[in-house]
Amino acid sequence: MITDVNVNLSRWPFRRLPHDDPAQLVRKLRASGITSAWAGSFDGVLHKDLASVNRRTVEDCQTFGDGLLIPVGSINPMLPAWKDDMQRCQDDHGMQIIRLNPNYHGYKLDDPVFAELLGLAVEKNFIVQIALKMEDERVHHPLMQVEMVDATPLKELVEQHPKSKILIINGMKGLPKDRLIELAKTGNVSFEISMLEAVGGVENALKLIPVETLLFGSYFPFFYIESALLKMQESELGSFRSNAIFNGNAKRLLAET
Amino acid sequence: MIRISNAEIWDLHCHFSGVDGKTVDERIAQLMVYADRMNVDRLVFFMGWPWSTNPDPDEFRRQNDQVIQALTHWQDRAFGFAYLNPMYVKESLEEIERCIANGPLVGIKLWVSRRCRDEEIDAIIKRTAELKGVIYQHTWLKVSGNRETESTPEDLAKLASRHPDVPLICGHTGGDWERGIRAIQNHPNVSIGIGGSDPTAGFVEMAVRELGAERILYGSDIGGRSFSSQLAKVFGADIPEAAKHLILGQNLKNMMTPILKAKEIQL
Repeated sequence: MITDVNVNLSRWPFRRLPHDDPAQLVRKLRASGITSAWAGSFDGVLHKDLASVNRRTVEDCQTFGDGLLIPVGSINPMLPAWKDDMQRCQDDHGMQIIRLNPNYHGYKLDDPVFAELLGLAVEKNFIVQIALKMEDERVHHPLMQVEMVDATPLKELVEQHPKSKILIINGMKGLPKDRLIELAKTGNVSFEISMLEAVGGVENALKLIPVETLLFGSYFPFFYIESALLKMQESELGSFRSNAIFNGNAKRLLAET
Repeated sequence: MIRISNAEIWDLHCHFSGVDGKTVDERIAQLMVYADRMNVDRLVFFMGWPWSTNPDPDEFRRQNDQVIQALTHWQDRAFGFAYLNPMYVKESLEEIERCIANGPLVGIKLWVSRRCRDEEIDAIIKRTAELKGVIYQHTWLKVSGNRETESTPEDLAKLASRHPDVPLICGHTGGDWERGIRAIQNHPNVSIGIGGSDPTAGFVEMAVRELGAERILYGSDIGGRSFSSQLAKVFGADIPEAAKHLILGQNLKNMMTPILKAKEIQL
């Protein structure tokens, strides 16, 4: 069983990606052994009508997913009526996971609106995915250079919301080691491996953070899905740790919602 | 295990970073454990540590000595390129004689101390080519701005125009591979190294379409990068299996064969 917690539907704004058609995406996920995929939408990064984005995400998951895709709603607290979007994610779509892109949406994690969003997410018992980046900053489109999210304020906020469930996505390459360790220690923050780099990356990450805080994520279809799968092979993990990362931790997190 | 059946994997781009170890022998031994797990057959190492972007001759000699030392126990599967600094042309030429003409190294690595469009670099290219050595030039195209002395793929295209019969490798494909591929596509003597960037889907497909599989070389840039993310670019690409074989190992093997033969190195 493999749960991929970092998958995207729709189109990356700057390039067509192989498998960015939902039927092809699902076919490739299944062929790669993925049994469950948490699917957000690239449209959530730049679109303003997020109610429509989230509805399409759910429809694609239902139409093409055949039980494989679990929809993830996009929330932008800089837009009017963002709380309505959260309400609809829960009431209309039965979503358990929301995804944030603070750098593309124009706020920082010490902005009061993020604290408000987190409080509401705790009330609604959402898993909150925070994407720290979408692409290597060195290769951004020249007219759209977006700095990585600074996760420094997160520790204090999480301590104020002890029931929060946060999953950092696209963050393992740029997140400083000490920040990674302090966030993992809160017990409320997890991470996924798509942007984890260096030889033996997964086994070395587990020298810093507990296995319970590390999940399998591919960032497919932006990244070749084989990258995350091979990382699990490059590290010597044993069956207990492999199973936890591949599926157990995601399953537990979802069961808590 | 994801792998291409029977494909021999030659890794163009390896460093001694990413692992602990006080000596180069300790570090290469640890890196080989990961290489074994990923079925990487042959590895090319260059540069020692600590890294130096503008090394003086004593420093690049010291780093090349580290590489030569590392190879002593791994001659059956590791090769080395000499790290040179083209700000010191005379000393770089002497280092080519020491390490390649009269030593075990089989190519050169040029990093970020001088842009390769400068004609002063030509003597280094010419002598390495005479020895049939492999020439690897780092390139990047950072939207946030390159170092002043850091080469771009356009710089390499200029170098390639001056040496149309010399095979050259465009390291990292400029990082921004969509631009990097376009910059060198009309220079058939330039191959691309695909290592050292994120495993962004579509990279290798575009390269095969625009350059042909024969001009693409797998490399990882370990230990800062993983074997996994870089192998995935080939394993995951929607290209024919024969093209994957070429990219994973055969192309580099072909490129290195003349100097390996000249040095009577058996494969």
